[in-house]
Amino acid sequence: MANLLGWIDDRFPLTKMWNDHLAEYYTPKNFNFWYFFGSLALMVLVIQIISGIFLTMHYKPDDAMAFASVEYIMRDVPYGWLIRYIHSTGATAFFIVVYLHMLRGLMYGSYKKPRELIWLFGMFIYLALMAEAFMGYLLPWGQMSYWGAQVIISLFSAIPVVGDDLTLWIRGDFVIGDATLNRFFALHVIALPLVLVFLVIAHILALHEVGSNNPDGVEIKKNKDANGIPLDGIPFHPYYSVKDIVGVVVFLFFFSVVLFYFPDGGGYMLEYANFEAANALKTPEHIAPVWYFTPFYAILRAVPDKLMGVGAMGGAIVVLFFLPWIDRCKVKSIRYRSVIFKVNLIVFCIGFVVLGWLAMQPVNETITFLSRLFTFLYFAFFVVLFVTSKNESTKPVPDRVTS
Amino acid sequence: MKITIKKLMPILMVAAMLMPALVLGSSGAKLYTAPIDINDKASLRRGAKAFADYCYSCHAATFMRFNRIAKDLEMSEDDVREMMIHTRGKKGEPTKIGDVMEVSMTDDYAKNAFGTAVPDLTLAARARGADWIYTYLRSFYVDADRPTGFNNIVFADVGMPHVLWSLQGLQTPVYKTVMHGDIGVEELDHFEQIQTGKLSRVEYDMFLGDLTNFMVYIAEPVQVERRSMGWKVLLFLVVLFGFAYALKKEYWKDVH
Repeated sequence: MANLLGWIDDRFPLTKMWNDHLAEYYTPKNFNFWYFFGSLALMVLVIQIISGIFLTMHYKPDDAMAFASVEYIMRDVPYGWLIRYIHSTGATAFFIVVYLHMLRGLMYGSYKKPRELIWLFGMFIYLALMAEAFMGYLLPWGQMSYWGAQVIISLFSAIPVVGDDLTLWIRGDFVIGDATLNRFFALHVIALPLVLVFLVIAHILALHEVGSNNPDGVEIKKNKDANGIPLDGIPFHPYYSVKDIVGVVVFLFFFSVVLFYFPDGGGYMLEYANFEAANALKTPEHIAPVWYFTPFYAILRAVPDKLMGVGAMGGAIVVLFFLPWIDRCKVKSIRYRSVIFKVNLIVFCIGFVVLGWLAMQPVNETITFLSRLFTFLYFAFFVVLFVTSKNESTKPVPDRVTS
Repeated sequence: MKITIKKLMPILMVAAMLMPALVLGSSGAKLYTAPIDINDKASLRRGAKAFADYCYSCHAATFMRFNRIAKDLEMSEDDVREMMIHTRGKKGEPTKIGDVMEVSMTDDYAKNAFGTAVPDLTLAARARGADWIYTYLRSFYVDADRPTGFNNIVFADVGMPHVLWSLQGLQTPVYKTVMHGDIGVEELDHFEQIQTGKLSRVEYDMFLGDLTNFMVYIAEPVQVERRSMGWKVLLFLVVLFGFAYALKKEYWKDVH
């Protein structure tokens, strides 16, 4: 056994990689609840890839067969229903986990120097994930798949000069049709998963290069013992591998409750209109995107002008990329930051949830007014953060992590 | 006073929760709650019979197989064949028990007869909801202006004739005026029976309950198995949590 390992290590850095990333990767010992979501996101990615592979074995990316092939999976493929619900529940779980993971970054300043690149890779993962989810949602070829895609793709037509040609190029047809379905399938099962996996590797490599942040936002590498090991650090494996297993089991419990008892998520995960096959001649009464896109959709709807609306929606996502430079406070963790920051962040989080809810309501005056108010609050977060973070009145940060 | 997140949180949470209440709009027609019990095999078998007798001449259920019904509803394949299969295939061969529930009516024929294609009913209960189907089938009323002689409160000017009229009898709506602010809106108060059918009102509701129950079943045949697998998985995870937690505790003993 030792010989085999030696043989491999002479030719491939197996033991070195194991040590660098797991057994001798020193992690702050004070991780709390919020630090489960990184490893959970990785696990959900694996769940999606594996369940997705099995779905492609039976799914038919053809406008005449797609809808029926999904029902075939639900009825005639042994445990096909289980695989399909795992995949559809996984999509929602992915966004919940990723949103909580991003919130963790905001709370503890995990995007700050020297971790700006980790945040940027993460944001690109988020972007790729949104594209992946959007294209995946077309594949069941239900009414909401079809009309949701119709609405989103038509947004590109708002771009001056090239808009109409661009939408034609994206669809591959004058309407959403077989050509669109085929290319979305190709992008959903090959292109974007590859991009996601590479980005995740880059995200983790960047993290392991500079080391993990923690709820106190202090650098554990500043205090090392005689052997160069951080005093507040513990090896990721076995300490956090066994701890993350607990997180995984708890996560799977909630995941299974939804999967086995609420697989359509009350119409928010599998929308009711999507149990009707796509029909180009019949527009559903009420078109709303799946829940994880709704905050941005509310921002789009809040702006009266289409181009400005698309700009605001894009801006709402793009601005997140610049957080490491918008937040100019030297103190990382919310524990030692000002009341202004805390209030600002809470208002932002509530506003994000409320925007999501607003996008699911039929438009009327009140909804439009509230959408505008909360769109303003969304962007106000970044302005307030930029202005107040430069000379923020912070509390003293301890030298070592608190338990 | 020192303001902390913990003090602010309840206020903000309540504010966020009150928001929907402020903007709740009015809803559409009132729906009755369908008496659905997917574990009631006898009800499902009665529903299957009702579906075969009254729906399945025009409406297909193209994702549902006859032998799946036999298996799930604990019926023999011969019983299902006798109850549901009255068609032949394109070459004149008898429809097989493993086939899906198709009908011979074409879309073109239906458009001529009813002005619209007849929708497939496999997934109707997931698309519309059980309560909608149940209420819809109660809400046909006599309307001489419609080609079929019937209209529907839930689905105005529907193309479908009231195929259950001999069971339900004939009814006519009685409206009342409801004030929304200054504007009076006509809303259904109740139906008045003008001719009795073969079934009493209670019997008819039970009949529709069985039929709706069957439609909920064919929309997702696996739901009984899904729920029964669910609690086993959850139980396993609870046990696994015990071991995982004990393992974590053991390893973390020496972390201070």
